Amino acid sequence: MNLVNVLLWVPLAVGAAALAWPRDAVRWLSLAGTIATLGLAIALIADFQTGVAGPQHVVDESWIPDLGVRYQLAVDGISLFLILLTAIGWTAATAFSAFRPVDRPRTYYFLLGLAETATLGAFMAQDLLLFVLFFDLMLVPFFFLIGSFGTGDRVSATLKMIVYTLAGSLLMLVGAIATAILASEEIGHLTFSMAELRTHVLSEGSQDWIFFFFAAAFLVKMPAVPIHGWMPDAYRAAPLPVLALLSGVLAKVGAYGFLRVVLPTFPDATVQFQELILVIALAGILYGSAMAFTQTNVRLIAGYSSIAQLGFITAGIFALRPDGGDGSVLQMVNHGLVVVPIFLIIALLAERTGTEDLREMGGQAMRAPVLAAMFLIITLALLAMPGSANFIGEFYILNGLFQAKVAYAFVAIIGVALAAFYAIRLFQQTMHNRLAREGTSREISLRDGFVLAPLVATIVAVALYPGFILERGEASVESVTAAVQGEGEVVAARDVP
Amino acid sequence: MTFTAPDIDYAGISPIIALTAGICAVLVGSAFAGRHQRVVASTLSLATLAAAGGLCIWQWGENTDLVSGALRLDELGLAASLIAIASAAFVIPLGWREEAFDAELGPAGQGEFQGLVLSSVLGMVLLAQAQNLVLFFVAIELLSVPLYVLCGAARRRSESLESGLKYLIVGSLGSATLLYGLAFIYGASGSTDFTTIAEAIGPSLSDDPLVLIGIALAATGLAFKLSIAPFHQWTPDVYQGAPTPVTAFMAVATKAAAFAVLVRFFEVALGPSASEWQPALAALAAISIAVGNLGALGQSSLKRLLGYSGIAQAGYMMVGVVAFSPEGVNALVFYLAAYALMNLAAFAVVTRRERRTPYGDDIASVQGLGREAPLEASALTVSMLALSGLPGTAGFIGKLFLIEAAVEADYTWLGVAIAIGTMISLAYYLRVVAAIWMRPAPAEAPPAEALPAMAGGSPEADRAGRCRTILALTALAAAATVFFGIVPSPLVDWASAAGDALAPFLG
Repeated sequence: MNLVNVLLWVPLAVGAAALAWPRDAVRWLSLAGTIATLGLAIALIADFQTGVAGPQHVVDESWIPDLGVRYQLAVDGISLFLILLTAIGWTAATAFSAFRPVDRPRTYYFLLGLAETATLGAFMAQDLLLFVLFFDLMLVPFFFLIGSFGTGDRVSATLKMIVYTLAGSLLMLVGAIATAILASEEIGHLTFSMAELRTHVLSEGSQDWIFFFFAAAFLVKMPAVPIHGWMPDAYRAAPLPVLALLSGVLAKVGAYGFLRVVLPTFPDATVQFQELILVIALAGILYGSAMAFTQTNVRLIAGYSSIAQLGFITAGIFALRPDGGDGSVLQMVNHGLVVVPIFLIIALLAERTGTEDLREMGGQAMRAPVLAAMFLIITLALLAMPGSANFIGEFYILNGLFQAKVAYAFVAIIGVALAAFYAIRLFQQTMHNRLAREGTSREISLRDGFVLAPLVATIVAVALYPGFILERGEASVESVTAAVQGEGEVVAARDVP
Repeated sequence: MTFTAPDIDYAGISPIIALTAGICAVLVGSAFAGRHQRVVASTLSLATLAAAGGLCIWQWGENTDLVSGALRLDELGLAASLIAIASAAFVIPLGWREEAFDAELGPAGQGEFQGLVLSSVLGMVLLAQAQNLVLFFVAIELLSVPLYVLCGAARRRSESLESGLKYLIVGSLGSATLLYGLAFIYGASGSTDFTTIAEAIGPSLSDDPLVLIGIALAATGLAFKLSIAPFHQWTPDVYQGAPTPVTAFMAVATKAAAFAVLVRFFEVALGPSASEWQPALAALAAISIAVGNLGALGQSSLKRLLGYSGIAQAGYMMVGVVAFSPEGVNALVFYLAAYALMNLAAFAVVTRRERRTPYGDDIASVQGLGREAPLEASALTVSMLALSGLPGTAGFIGKLFLIEAAVEADYTWLGVAIAIGTMISLAYYLRVVAAIWMRPAPAEAPPAEALPAMAGGSPEADRAGRCRTILALTALAAAATVFFGIVPSPLVDWASAAGDALAPFLG
């Protein structure tokens, strides 16, 4: 059995078993399942060959031959640490939920398992259609998780989210099919294999419209600025462990899709619309930052900061330089590692103060030095303090952007400064100041400490040695950006009369 | 003058013989069965359907003309026949405790009900295999007339009577239009045989006014039967009024047979005029997708919602015909099978909820179902997610298949139309899902106009017993929907045989 195959299906198998498990013990079964998945993900990294650009641990089986769809999975330097991030995120969210009472636990843990398999599948798929399938499938469990287990106006929030995101990804389905069929004229047979589609690039006219279909799907998922309308409602309504996954892991799938699918498969269109996407990314940075330090709902502060951070990641990818790409891959992992504990801490603070309004929180550090220390480390990582891995990531991104488009780089730098404002505001107003009237300051419990401490330790570890991620990703990122850079030069040459 | 006995291929027409014999047996048998009518009639009907289905499977792979060319025995016809037969076998248990056939007439209703269902199935089998204008029309009438009666079967519910009458009038109008169209085509080509029509039309007559008028009228007539917009106005009313098992049968089986004949008629007989009818059918498909999906948005009755969704789904399937390619036919047959599975699961849940709650088929009847009956709730959820084409279900593979056929035939915009239609459809399919899992069971008192008192049946009596069969069937259909979403190959291969059978005619 291939490691990748096992890793993909373990969470769903455990989730299915959870449906028939004794109600009180379901959470421990699920926790064991996510820990096993995490172990497999670590084994995958141990087994990874650094410096190889192409896919490793390839699984390639026939699935629907008549439609040209194959069951192709693999791992490369871009997806390797995103798979780890997925496993870490799910372990943390499951552990965090396991210490709290959950209504209908069997359904809850089954949905979590299904969601993990779908997310891992999106990161592993090497067949374009399989990717689309997992990309869509991810939404289904989150629809139920938010709608059934959320708070407030959860039903309309979850409907809004799924309609928004599926609107994008259904267009992507058409785009994927059109890509395969147009390419089949040259290849000679119908295939969705990304490796084959990459070697038979479509004509520029076809690339243009298909590019928009894919970009729509990925930008909605992130979410990027003009199409982030689902975000505030869904973030308000989602249960916090689920929200940690939604923001920490799922949002990355959109950015990952650009690197995995769009750049190599539609190089001409990528070059042509580079500036458009950069403008959207910068708008995200500025708008997200501005909103993050005007919001008072702590969930939305974290949510809008994610928009800004994903703007950074997108900008790095669309610098179309190896540096930018490397930085984006690192930053995707960093951001995930930071956002997951932030939402868990928000949950802890909400339990202590009984509110999620920043103005009514405060003073939480008084009797909780450990919690405050952990939160401080996370905050500093979020604002990309020099010394954190986030700083390295942003540095690489800006470096790539400077090489590509200087003007955009200057605007992006503003975003770095703004991050300090909203991150410190969040920390200060919750942890410092006077203790709010309603709230009590309480040290983090040992059990929650077990959930958060490893996350903080991982952040510190990555900060000490970001090269661990960078050097494994470099070769793959290089091969992706090489396709586009070649095109860039061709386009540039064409422009010269 | 010597009389030469025609050479009859008994094996080829064996499913038809089995059904005909079965109808007689059910009617006669139930007349003498007295109190045990339900048992006798059901045994006979299910045995008939099993025999007919078995014979269809036995004949699978044969490719011959039957009855001097009036029928074509091939995988397309057999596939549609199998869908019709299977859905009839599904629907008969649904009708076991239906007040229309049970409480009101006593067990006497069952014999007639099942006899009529079988007659309609016979019409469908003939229609799916017809390749002669006369037989085409006869079969479509044989399919429709029993349905008119079945729709009005709940004689004490005015909605049911209204539904039967409406369907009769609109259906007759559709049949008349179709017949008029067939007459034009006969006039232009001088033949009633599909292949001879194709030869007669050839390249020279492909845009002859007579042929074009014929195409237009025939397409309109079939669009009435298939509830393709803008000829769909009857659908929601009739679906809502008819007894739910009948609605289920009508929604699923009729579509299979009518699409089979639509494909055969347009692609075999009218193949030479393809460039004339393709844009027209494409427009019908697009209108149907738009009207069905938009119409379903505001519905609170599940049967009406499924009616509008059926209009949209018919629009999707029409894309398979527009593609005018073996891939298109494959996609269509696959989607027909998937559509049957997902819809039957949904209607089975509606049937059960109608009997167990005072809300009829209103969406309130499934509110809070997730806590009350998780299995049933999961089945309906699977059905809704599959209809909206989410991955992991046969519905996703079906949409993938159709979009692929559309893009390949240079109808990419229809592929986009399917995608946009699907987006809109999420809003109403997921509303049902949200009602099942995310809303509490309605607490307020049931609406005042409850069902009229029934003699011999009471909701209490219906609680247990036969409803369990329905639950098992529901679970089966939902499980198959998921199974074919994950392991689609068996169904894909099965559907591909249908396209291959038609491939020689598609140039």
